[in-house]
Amino acid sequence: MVQALDKKLMRELWQMRAQVLAIGLVIVGGVGVFIMSLTTLDSLYTTQENYYREHHFAEIFAPLKRAPAALLEQIKRLPGVDKVEDRVVAYVNLDIDGYTDPVSGHLLSLPATGKSLLNQLYLRAGSGIDSSRDDQVLVSEEFALAHRLNPGDTLGATINGRRKQLQIAGLVLSPEFIYQIAPGAMFPDYERYGVLWMARQPLAAAYGMTGAFNDVSLTLTRDANLQDLIDQIDVLLKPYGGRGSYGRKDQLSNRFLTEELNQQRTIATIFPLIFFGVAAFLLNVVISRLISLQGEQIAALKAFGYSDLAVAGHYSKLALAITILGIIAGIGVGVWMAYGLSHIYMEFYSLPFMIFRLQPAVVVAAIGVSVSVTLIGTLYAVNKAASLPPAEAMRPEPPALYRKTLVEKLGLERWFNSSTRMILRHLERNLLKAALTTLGISLACGIMMLGGFQRGAIDHMVWVQFQLSQRENLQALFTDPTSAKSLHSLASLEGVEYVEGFRVVPVELRFEHHRYRTVVQGIEPRSDLLRLLDTELMPIKLPTSGIVLTDYLASLLKIRPGEQLELEILEGNRPIFKVPLMSTAKQYVGVSGYMQLDALNQLLREAPTISGALLKVDEGKQWEVYAHLKQMPRIAGVVEQQSAVAAFYATLAETVLFFTFVTSLLGGSIAFGVVYNSMRIALSERHRDLASLRVLGYQVSEVAYILLGELLLLVLLAVPLGLWIGYGLCAFLAHQFSTDLYRIPLVLEPSVYAFAAAVVLASAALSSLVIWRHLRHLNLVSVLKTRE
Amino acid sequence: MLQPVPEVKSSRRPQGGASSVVFDVQGLTRVYQAGGVAVHALRGVDLKLRDGEFVVLLGASGSGKSTLLNILGGLDTASSGKVLYRPTAPRHQATASQQPVIYDLTQATERELTDYRRHHVGFVFQFYNLIPSLTARENIAVVTEIAWQPMRPEEALALVNLTDRQNHFPAQLSGGEQQRVAIARAVAKNPAVLLCDEPTGALDSKTGIVVLEALLRANQLLGTTTVVITHNVTIAQIADRVIHLVDGKISQVSVNETRCSPAELHW
Repeated sequence: MVQALDKKLMRELWQMRAQVLAIGLVIVGGVGVFIMSLTTLDSLYTTQENYYREHHFAEIFAPLKRAPAALLEQIKRLPGVDKVEDRVVAYVNLDIDGYTDPVSGHLLSLPATGKSLLNQLYLRAGSGIDSSRDDQVLVSEEFALAHRLNPGDTLGATINGRRKQLQIAGLVLSPEFIYQIAPGAMFPDYERYGVLWMARQPLAAAYGMTGAFNDVSLTLTRDANLQDLIDQIDVLLKPYGGRGSYGRKDQLSNRFLTEELNQQRTIATIFPLIFFGVAAFLLNVVISRLISLQGEQIAALKAFGYSDLAVAGHYSKLALAITILGIIAGIGVGVWMAYGLSHIYMEFYSLPFMIFRLQPAVVVAAIGVSVSVTLIGTLYAVNKAASLPPAEAMRPEPPALYRKTLVEKLGLERWFNSSTRMILRHLERNLLKAALTTLGISLACGIMMLGGFQRGAIDHMVWVQFQLSQRENLQALFTDPTSAKSLHSLASLEGVEYVEGFRVVPVELRFEHHRYRTVVQGIEPRSDLLRLLDTELMPIKLPTSGIVLTDYLASLLKIRPGEQLELEILEGNRPIFKVPLMSTAKQYVGVSGYMQLDALNQLLREAPTISGALLKVDEGKQWEVYAHLKQMPRIAGVVEQQSAVAAFYATLAETVLFFTFVTSLLGGSIAFGVVYNSMRIALSERHRDLASLRVLGYQVSEVAYILLGELLLLVLLAVPLGLWIGYGLCAFLAHQFSTDLYRIPLVLEPSVYAFAAAVVLASAALSSLVIWRHLRHLNLVSVLKTRE
Repeated sequence: MLQPVPEVKSSRRPQGGASSVVFDVQGLTRVYQAGGVAVHALRGVDLKLRDGEFVVLLGASGSGKSTLLNILGGLDTASSGKVLYRPTAPRHQATASQQPVIYDLTQATERELTDYRRHHVGFVFQFYNLIPSLTARENIAVVTEIAWQPMRPEEALALVNLTDRQNHFPAQLSGGEQQRVAIARAVAKNPAVLLCDEPTGALDSKTGIVVLEALLRANQLLGTTTVVITHNVTIAQIADRVIHLVDGKISQVSVNETRCSPAELHW
C-alpha cells in the first residue's frame, strides 16, 4: 500500500518532470564519468597485472654491447635475483612486398625451447617457431595486421647487412610491447615499426653473438632491493658495454601504460567533483523553491500530526528520488562508456585480453557519493521546512524586501527602465544564487573546452616537432658509431640534398640528489635539420661548450642555466664529467641533452664520430634514397617520421572523437541542467509579477525580456568566466598529464573557445524557447485571485 | 479625509451632459470546460456602461461577476455574444492617435487584447499585484512607460495621497497603501475604464474605506468609468448604478438616487 505522501511525491515528480530530467542528466554525468574512469582504470590495471604475471614480464632490463654467456651465471648469483634470461636483440630494416615506405623493427631471439623464460609471448595465430630453422619468425600482431600478414606469409629483413627472406610462423603479443613504439619515435606506427622473434642460433650467428648475448632481463625475489640490484648489474656489465639497466618503471611500454592510468585517475577525481557540485546546487534550488511554494501544505501536514522528521523525510525522499533515477541511468551510461573506453584502450595498446571488471565497490561508492551530495544539497531547505511552526507556515510569505541596487545608487538609475530595474534588483537580491548559476554555466563551458583542447594540443605538438624542430625527411641509424667521413657516402646518394651527422650516447645526468637517465645528442652547431627552440619557438644557437637540456628535464633535475651538471656516460669506461648547463630548449616529446657534435666527440676522446645521420631528400626521390640506404650494411635502420604522424592521427582520431563526444555531452547536460532549472525557478518565483504585467498590457516579448534578460546577463557573464575556467582546466590537465615522455602544450585554438561558447548559448536558447512557451500560456486570471 | 489634489490632466473627462457608451454588451455567454463538465459562467448578459459612471457589480461567489469583469478587461474571451467598446466613438479619432482600433472585444486577437489592456483599461485587484522589486513610484512607471498618454507617476501618487511614500517598496507599505498604489497605477494611464475586482476584499473596513475614497476621487476627478465588483452589499451604496448578478445573469439593475460617501459606510 503506497502511502498518501508517497503518492504526492510521485505526482509532484511527474509534474516537474522536465526539471527532474535536467537535474537527473547532471547526476548521470557525474555517476557516469565516475564509474567510467574508475572501472576503466581498474580493468586496465587488472589486465596489466594479470598479463604481466602470467607472461612473466621482467622486472629489470639491461641492454649491453656483448657479453659471454658465462656472465649469466654471475648475474644469477646476485642476491635478490629470481629468474634471468639472456637474449640477442637487433635493430633491422624490413621489407614488405608492395610497401614502399621505410619499415624498421626489432628482432629478438627466442631460446632453443621455443618458449622464453621471461617476457613470454601470447600466441594469437599460427604456431611457435621450429628452433632448428633459421628463417622462421613470430611477428607482433599489430604489425601483421597493418600489413595483412598471416602465418605462412614471408617478409624480407636486412640482418647485419645481409638480406634474408623470413617466413611468419605465428602472430604474437608481448608484455614488453604493449605500447609498441620505434626508438626515437613519438607515436606508435604499426606499419613502419614491427617487433619480430626468431631462433637464437641463426640470429646470434648473424651478429657474431654465438655463445654471447647483448640483452638480459630478470625478475626479483620478494625481498630484493630493486635499486641495489640495478647498481650491481651495472657494475657487472660495465666491462661488456652495459648501457645502463633499468626497472619496469622506466620500461617504455610500461611507462606509457602507467601514464595513461594516472590520467584516468585524474579524470576520475576532477570531473565527478564538478558534476556532483552542480547537482547539489540544482537540487538545493529546486527543493527550496518547492518547499516555499508548499508552505501551506507543510503547515497542514504538521497540523494533522506529521512530525518534523516525517516532513523532512518527505522532501529528502523527493530529492533522493531524482538522484536515484540519475544513479540508475548513470550506472548504465558509466558501464557502457567504461566498456567502450576499455576496448579503445585494448585496441590502442596491444593487450591480448581485457579483464573488464565492474567492481561492486565502485558502484557502491558512486551511489554513496551521489546520495551524500544530494542530502548535503537539500539539507538546508529540508531543515527549514521541518522546523517551520505550522502557524507560521500557514501564513503567506510577506512580499520580498528589495532595495535599490548598487548601480542605481551610483546614479545610473535614469538609464534603466522599470523592466531592467526588476532584472537588476532581482539579481542583487539573489546574488549568491545568481553567482552559483553563473558558476555552474561556466563550468559547463569549461568542460566543453577539454575535448577540443586535446586535438589542438596534439596538432601544435606535431607542428612544433616536425615543422620547426625536426626537419629531416629520413633518419639513418648506424649499427655502431662510425667515422664522420661516412657522411660523404650518404651525401653522394642521388636525391640527397643535405646531410647532417649526429652522435647519441646514453648518459646518466645528475644534479644534487636528482638523477635522470637519457641520451645526450651531439649535433651540428648550426644544424638546420634539428633545431633547438626557445620558449618563443625561435631557434637557439647551440653553444660551443656546455650542454643544453630539454626544459622539462632541467625542471626534473631542478637545475638552472649556469649550474654544473654531472654527466656519466653509460658506455665504455663510463667516464664522469662536469659540464655547465648553458640553456634549456622547448620540447614537447621526450627529454634529452644536446651538445655540439665536436664538443661531444672531444669529451668522449674520440675522432669525429657519428651514430647516425639526418637526411634532407628531394621529395620525389625519397624512396630511391631509402632503397639505397637499406642496401648499406652499416645502416641498422631508417626512420621516416612524417608518415608516422599521419598514421598516428588515424589511430588517435577514434580516441579523441570519443573523448570530445563525451565531454560535449557532459558539458551540454550541465549547461542545460543549470540554465533550464534556473529559468524554471525564476519563472516560478516571478510568475505572479509577470502575469500582473501581462494584465497591465505588457506583450509576451516584454515580459520575456524581464526573465530572459536576466538569463542572458548571467550567460554573458558565464561565458567569459567559463572560457577562463576552461583554460584553467586545460592547463591543469596539461600539467597533470605532462611527463618526461611527452608534454601536452597548452594551446587553445579560437575554435575551441567558440565551440564551448556556442554550446552554452544553444542550451540557453533551447531553455528560452521552453520558457517562452510557458510565458505565452501564463494564466492571467488565476494570478489575480490568489495571494502569493 | 482627503486633501486637495493638484490639477490633473485628463483626456477622457466627460464632455458635456449626455454621456456616451463605453461598453455595449449583447447576449454575452461564457462556458468553461472544467474537468469534463461544462460550467456556464455567463448565460446571456446584456449591459451598457456609460462614460464616467461608477458601477458596482454585486453578486455571490460563482455568480459570474468576475468572468464578466475579465471579459470587459480583455483578460478572457466570450463563448458567444458581443462586447462593443466605445461603439459610438468616431473611428477616425482612434486612427489619428495611432492607437489600434478595437471595436468588438469578442473578435480581437491576443495581441489586440494586450494593446487594449495597455492603453484603455486600468485594473485594481484584490491582492494589489504590485511588483515587489519596484518602489511605489516605479510600480506606476511600469505602466506609464508603455501607455499612450499617461500622467506622470508623481501625479498619480498625489491623487491617492501617497506622495511621501513614493520611494517605498511594497514590502514597506501597509495593505491599504499598497492598494492605493495599485489604484494610482491603474489610473495613471488615463484609462477609459477602471475595473476593480474586490478592491477592498483583503482589507479591514477602515482601510477599505480609504481605498474606496481614492477610487471615487479618481472617478470624479478624471471621469473614468469605474466598475467595482464585490460581494459586499454595503459598498453598493456609493455607486451610480448597481448591477446584481445571479447564476450568470443580470437579475436586477438599481440606480442610487442618493449616493453615500465611503465615510458613511460601515461593515
